[in-house]
Amino acid sequence: MEAYQSWGRYTRASHEVVRPFWRPRSLDLSGLPATALPYGAGRSYGDVCLNHGGGLIDCRGLDRFLGFDRHQGVLACEAGATLAEILGLAVPGGWFLPVTPGTSLITLGGAIANDVHGKNHHRAGAFGRHVRRLELLRSDGARLICSPSRNPELFAATVGGMGLTGLITWAEIQLKPLSSPELTVETIKFHGLEEFEELSRQSDQHWEYTVAWLDALSRQNPRRGLFMRAKHMPGPSERPQADARPRALLSAPFDWPGWALNAWTLRAFNLLYYHRQRPRLKKTVQPFAGFLYPLDAIDQWSRIYGRKGMMQFQCVVPFGQSEALRAMLDLIARSGTGSFLAVIKAFGDTPSPGLISFPRPGITFALDFAFKGPKTLALFKELIAVTRAAEGALYPAKDACMGADDFQAFYPNWPELAKHVDPRFSSSFWRRVTQGQREFLP
Amino acid sequence: MNKVLVIGASSAQAQATARLFAAEGSRLFLAGRDQQKLDDVAADLKARGAAQVESLTLDLNDFSRHQELIAAADAALEGLEGALIAHGSLGDQAAGQADYAVAQGELTTNLLSPISLLTILANLLEPRGGGCLAVISSVAGDRGRQSNYIYGTAKGGLSVFLSGLRNRLHRAGVRVVTIKPGFVDSPMTAHFKKGLLWAKPEAVAKKIHCAMLKGKDVVYAPAFWRLIMFIIKALPEPIFKRLNL
Repeated sequence: MEAYQSWGRYTRASHEVVRPFWRPRSLDLSGLPATALPYGAGRSYGDVCLNHGGGLIDCRGLDRFLGFDRHQGVLACEAGATLAEILGLAVPGGWFLPVTPGTSLITLGGAIANDVHGKNHHRAGAFGRHVRRLELLRSDGARLICSPSRNPELFAATVGGMGLTGLITWAEIQLKPLSSPELTVETIKFHGLEEFEELSRQSDQHWEYTVAWLDALSRQNPRRGLFMRAKHMPGPSERPQADARPRALLSAPFDWPGWALNAWTLRAFNLLYYHRQRPRLKKTVQPFAGFLYPLDAIDQWSRIYGRKGMMQFQCVVPFGQSEALRAMLDLIARSGTGSFLAVIKAFGDTPSPGLISFPRPGITFALDFAFKGPKTLALFKELIAVTRAAEGALYPAKDACMGADDFQAFYPNWPELAKHVDPRFSSSFWRRVTQGQREFLP
Repeated sequence: MNKVLVIGASSAQAQATARLFAAEGSRLFLAGRDQQKLDDVAADLKARGAAQVESLTLDLNDFSRHQELIAAADAALEGLEGALIAHGSLGDQAAGQADYAVAQGELTTNLLSPISLLTILANLLEPRGGGCLAVISSVAGDRGRQSNYIYGTAKGGLSVFLSGLRNRLHRAGVRVVTIKPGFVDSPMTAHFKKGLLWAKPEAVAKKIHCAMLKGKDVVYAPAFWRLIMFIIKALPEPIFKRLNL
């Protein structure tokens, strides 16, 4: 039994773990309990990466490349390689990840299993769109190549399939050409969701990356925020090339005491963050890592939330439902429990090949909360109810809390996924949202 | 140094070191026991930028094939410039105590096999007047401890052999590097509980790579083991024998 946690650190689950160092050619689950689940970097927040009382297949030992076509930008690599490791190879060769979430410290397998999205969703869609093919091992001994044209149903179930359809051993992805590892960034102050939506509409056509930070603690209305848009510089940089992962400059090697983050310190942080620039619009040039992965520079950052851990709420609501977002922001401001800055972004309408995929046209909103027991859970329940009423959805990779009825409303084609779930695979998340079993929270 | 023979290429430390050479566009020749593993490693090194990767599958305890291995590598690389000897096994101390045949097997893999390979490599490089031979020994060879003195004997003997070989080859300009890793989190130690003293193979690989380029003599990896082993070596035997190490 080893301590494998999710990023939220709100629980101590126990597992039997196997750690393959070589790419298996067939799946051998002997030595594991009744169920198994692949585990990557453990960067999902809730319990999609946990299988309490069952088995985990720790895939970090599978980090080899199978091939890199430097002319076409096609890269095949084992599922346990991290996006940072991929960037380390791709960037010097003039290629870049087609889609990347806000951290580079996740594995390729995890990126596929959660069909992750990034600040360029409005142009590139979710990660699954850029997967050319993958190899899947099933507990019946099958070893299958899945792609949009080969075993397409299993491919669709595996993209966003939360690791439940079998073990992804390797995948081949299409990279995008990189003009420069540096980004032109514009940061614009705004007030209120209307201004945010207007800025998104204006920017989405000409800017590769857009995202905004919102002060969710302030009771000021309309709420202040910073809208950021960026694109790669047109030409090769003259400065020496930046590393994919800025060396962890800071670290939180231990749990911070619970009182370190409180309403006062967080309000002060948000205020300072907003006022770090004077003019309404600021233009800068940044290495990609600073813009795309600001928190990767702080090792183990989720520990600042203390021993009890943290939870993140991330939902999407359709365009035209900004009333729902406003209602959620009011609930959070009244509760006084939200932390730092809320992230909001307008998704595009590019569909994902995944059966269960979170991104859909609308506005996504994410905010961290220090876990404070029933108080936090009560707030989450209210937020989930608002999301449901607005016909939005929650992101399984971030969720620790939604009920089976919520999940089934958000992802009406879940029975299709259930058909493709490997009979030997399961997760704490899956049992929660299909059978209503809660293994961690009251 | 861009023509390197890696012996025991599927070991975690060898693989991580080979990746650093690959990123520099080196030419590599891999030797190991398992064809499929070597193929996986070779594909990875090619993708990472190695100019050439070839391999030979053999059991390194089959001493009769050592000559063939080194000749094949030398021919494929058109004159090898460096070699990393990284194969080894971490045997079961209790089994070795109970049965000499087990202990003998450990000594064959960890001591005699590297010595046989080094003899051939030394005689190849000495007349050429250059090159680098790096060998993974272990801090376990610095002093015999009850928990793993059979492995320690092999590594200690290996360190002594390397010291002598370095002395002999110094005049010819061939560098001999002794690498002494501490606890490394790898498949060989997968069943151990890990603590603060454990290092990742990537960290050890950086030290190996750097030592091979700079031609250092004895490298502890990570470096703090030099201090730990200095203290352990300094303990008087009447005290040391009472310790539970």
